[in-house]
Amino acid sequence: MKIAADRGTCIGAGMCVLTAPAVYDQDDDGIVELLVEDVPPQDAEAARQAVALCPSGALRVLED
Amino acid sequence: MTEAPVLPLHMQRDQFDPVDELGRTRDSGGITMVPSLFGGPPAYLVTRYEDVRAVLSDAEHFSNARTRSFETEDGPQFTEDELEQMRAGQMLAFDPPEHTRLRRMLTPEFTVRRMRRLEPRIVEIVESALDDMERAGKPVDLVSTFALPIPSLVICELLGVPYADRGEFQQRTGRLLDVSLPMKERIAVSRENRKYMARLVEGAKAAPGEDMLGMLIREHGDDLSNDELIGVASLLLIAGHETTSNMLGLGTLALLRHPDQLKRVRDEPDMVSPAVEELLRWISIVHSGVPRTTTTEVEIAGQTIPAGELVVLALPAANRDPSFIEDPERLDIGRGAPGHVAFGHGVHHCLGAPLARMEMHIAFPALLRRFPDLALAVPDDQVDFHTFNAIYGLRSLPVTW
Repeated sequence: MKIAADRGTCIGAGMCVLTAPAVYDQDDDGIVELLVEDVPPQDAEAARQAVALCPSGALRVLED
Repeated sequence: MTEAPVLPLHMQRDQFDPVDELGRTRDSGGITMVPSLFGGPPAYLVTRYEDVRAVLSDAEHFSNARTRSFETEDGPQFTEDELEQMRAGQMLAFDPPEHTRLRRMLTPEFTVRRMRRLEPRIVEIVESALDDMERAGKPVDLVSTFALPIPSLVICELLGVPYADRGEFQQRTGRLLDVSLPMKERIAVSRENRKYMARLVEGAKAAPGEDMLGMLIREHGDDLSNDELIGVASLLLIAGHETTSNMLGLGTLALLRHPDQLKRVRDEPDMVSPAVEELLRWISIVHSGVPRTTTTEVEIAGQTIPAGELVVLALPAANRDPSFIEDPERLDIGRGAPGHVAFGHGVHHCLGAPLARMEMHIAFPALLRRFPDLALAVPDDQVDFHTFNAIYGLRSLPVTW
C-alpha cells in the first residue's frame, strides 16, 4: 500500500501522527512527512484511517 | 427594555444531550432555518454528520471571511476600518490563502512532538492544582480549582501572558462568550481585550521571550502587522483556556455519572486516549464554531441555498448522528470515536487540538487517582450548566471525596 501526502495542503493538525505514528511524522514546521514508502500490512489499517481523518484532505491512498 | 434572550436551536441542550428537536431535524430533512442569531440575519442550520463534514471541508463555497454574523438589527456595528482591524490575525475570520499564511506560522508550535516535550510541565501543573484542592479541603468547586487553572496556566506560559493577569482576562473572556449579554457589550469587551493584548505585544517587541509571542516577533515580526500579532495572541488566549477548561469540568461530571467508565479511566492507562475522544464526541462543547457564508449557490441535504447566506453547523447533533456512529446517545469510552467533529474539520480544524488532548490525557486520570472517591457535593439535578455560553460548560462543579 502506498500513500500520497500533499504537503501544500497539510495544515499540521497532527491527526495522522496520532493515528498511525509508524507511517506519518511532522517536520519542524508541523507539515506531514511519510516515514515509509510502502506501508507494511500491519500498519495499513491505521494508515487508511489517518487518510479518512485528515482534516485538510492532504492524504490519499495511492495503491493497495 | 431589553427582551430576555432566546437561545438559538443549535445551542439548546438538555444537560449533556442536544435537544430532541435537533435530533428530529437531523433524522428528517437534515437542515432547517434558524430565525436569527442574536439579532443577526437568519441562518441555515446543518445537522447531519456527512453534511457538516462536507461544509467544513469546503472553504471555497463556505467562507469564514465574508461573515454576516456581525450584522444586527441596528445596522452595521463597525466601520470598515474597524472591522479590518478586529479581523487582523484572527485565523478563524479568513479563508485560504490568507488563513494558510497565519496558520503556518503557528503549526510548528503545536506539533505532536512539541506537545510531548510539554508533557512534564503539564504534569507538574496538574499535580500542583490537585495539591491546592487537597489543601483547600472538601468540598471544592472543581471548575475554579482544577478545570480552569490548568489550561489557563498552560496557555499563559506557552503564549507569554502573565498568569497574574488571569483575573481580568478570564472575566473578560467570560463576558465575551456570554451570549445573553447584548452584542454591543460583548463588542466593547472585545475592544478591551485588544487593548490588553496590545500592551503585551508592545512589551514583547521590546524584549521577545522564549514563548510563542516572542517566537512570532523574532521569526515573523517582519511579516506580521501589530494588529495581526494582537489578533493571533488574543485568539490563542481565549481558545486556550475557555475550551479545555469546559471539557475538564463537563468530562468529570460525565464520568461521575458513569461510574463504571470512571473506574476504567482511573485504573486502565490504555483507556485514557479512547475515553478522551469519546468524551469530546459525546459532550461536543463547541455548539457550532464560526458561521459560514455561502460564496455561490450550493446544495446541502438536497436543499438549494443561495449565495450570500449564513450557514451554521450543529456539531453536537452531527457527533450524535446514527449514520456516523452506532448507538450515538450512549457514552462508551471503549469505542474511542475516531472521526468526531468536536474539533471541527477542514482547514480550520482546531490548532490547539494536540495540546487539548495532552492536557485532558494527563488531567482526568490524575484527578481520579488522587481522589478515588470523588463525588458530587450537590444533588445531581442541581449542577449548574452554563447554557448561554458560546462554548458549553459548567458554571461550577462542587465536589467532595
